[in-house]
Amino acid sequence: MNALAVKAYDLRQDVLDIIVSGGGGHIGGDMSSMEIMLTLYSRMKVDPANPKDPDRDRFVLSKGHCVETLYAVLADRGFLDIEEVKAKFSRFGSEYIGHPHNTIPGIEMNSGSLGHGLSVCVGMALAARMDGKNYRVYTLMGDGELAEGSVWEGATSAGHYRLDNLCAIIDRNHLQISGTTEEVMAPGCLRERLEATGWHVIEVADGNDVDQLNAAFDEAENTKGMPTCIIANTVKGKGSALMENKAGWHHHLPNAEEYAQIKADLAARKEALLHE
Amino acid sequence: MNKIPNRAVMCEVLKEAAAKDRDVVVLCSDSRGSGSMTSFADTYPAQFVEVGIAEQNLVGIAAGMAACGKKPFAISPASFISTRSYEQCKVDCAYSDTNVKLVGISGGVSYGALGMSHHSAQDIAAMSAIPGMRVYLPSDRHQTRKLFEALLQDRQTAYIRLGRNPVEDVYTEDCVPFAMDKATVLAEGTEVLLVACGEMVRPMKDAADLLNREGISTGALDMYCVKPLDREGLLAAAKGKKLVVSIEEHSPFGGLGSMVAQVISANDPKRVITLALPDAPVITGTSKEVFQYYGLTGEGIAETVRNALKA
Repeated sequence: MNALAVKAYDLRQDVLDIIVSGGGGHIGGDMSSMEIMLTLYSRMKVDPANPKDPDRDRFVLSKGHCVETLYAVLADRGFLDIEEVKAKFSRFGSEYIGHPHNTIPGIEMNSGSLGHGLSVCVGMALAARMDGKNYRVYTLMGDGELAEGSVWEGATSAGHYRLDNLCAIIDRNHLQISGTTEEVMAPGCLRERLEATGWHVIEVADGNDVDQLNAAFDEAENTKGMPTCIIANTVKGKGSALMENKAGWHHHLPNAEEYAQIKADLAARKEALLHE
Repeated sequence: MNKIPNRAVMCEVLKEAAAKDRDVVVLCSDSRGSGSMTSFADTYPAQFVEVGIAEQNLVGIAAGMAACGKKPFAISPASFISTRSYEQCKVDCAYSDTNVKLVGISGGVSYGALGMSHHSAQDIAAMSAIPGMRVYLPSDRHQTRKLFEALLQDRQTAYIRLGRNPVEDVYTEDCVPFAMDKATVLAEGTEVLLVACGEMVRPMKDAADLLNREGISTGALDMYCVKPLDREGLLAAAKGKKLVVSIEEHSPFGGLGSMVAQVISANDPKRVITLALPDAPVITGTSKEVFQYYGLTGEGIAETVRNALKA
């Protein structure tokens, strides 16, 4: 059993605790994107002892509302104290707010407004090329986010400049706050849209599977002359049947009963993985 | 009459900096010609990024480069970079604390007959309202050089508006008093204080000369640093005056005049008149014709002062 796959359930519990402690958070997308961020951070060249190392890999959470998962993953990677995050999240005067803020170690850019991350990463990837550095640049976008026009400005320029040090990941959970992405604003054929502007596209059948994600990240690293987009098909609210594939859980605060149910479900999923 | 536009001076200063520092980079949005940056792009192609007609992307890319240690100057028409990319200026530059210098070229009504889509009469208000964003409107080519040399030395984002056309000199090559974030005193006086920024500084100076010749003792302040506004400089210059008149190529709301009135009313209350563009699409014409029509000339400013003193 992949230890990361098991760990993903421990970190989901951390996310649940952060959200309940702070009185709200984007739980659905946090849960769908857990394996993406966890797998990525297990590979990225980053060092909590030297968070500003100029040669580090960069990650920008374009879907900034899933910061609770980023906090849990950064804490696991040694950047943050998870108990401090849980105690302070969204509290008066806290630095741990509901979107990424780059005064926190390990966080590169402030986000929250959607459609910004890809352009920023194009700039980072261009800077790496200009400086002859080999760090890699990653951004994670939501699928609802793809309705933002600026995403496609960024995508076009990444293809134009053949930025093979750039990898974008789409958390394709098919849901956004008002319903399915197909109902709200269908993004169309993402593979065709991206390939048309010069991207290498990898579709991951199960974007909550660590092994499949690792294979995709390997392929992205080995792809030369063009940027790579990983379309990771995930399950929104992954971890408990109570919230899985339910748009209403985009930003739902679990009550005590729901908290207990989710906690039990996460433990059961973890247990099942351990016995696989 | 000077034939060198401020934007051409910007290009010269950035070329000089790029020769010494490979982190100095310029980004344009199909705007290298209007920004006078063609010779920069030709001379330092490895330090130039063409983004195409995509101003949001322009600013986002610049912010990403700055986050990786580059010193980017994102250069695009003021009307677009200040409002089309507003959110990137707010989040990716100011909020994320990245060292992006945002240069709005062809500012104000520079584009003349092209109409309101191409005019930037809101940029001072918009940019000033962003925490951490500085706003500069240099008056002539000599001050533009000093300002860009200073901006190359700091590490904080800023918005700089430049006009399209050459403007008459305010300063001379060997006399350009300049201190960062301090207004420049152009004339001393006891009765009236004029305050202007950008292309309105030259007509303000002309108005001060006219009024002083007529016996109305008039001071004049070049407030190129609209934000952070030089409050101390303003209050010192306004002390003892009967009247303060601000002049700007901007909407009457939220620009230099609003800020001057705010500082004066809170600290040294007296009459403040704001001369600006109207709250309407401006009349069709060249910059010169538009300024003439709305009284934003030496004579127009002087006439406002004479009438106010009579009243």
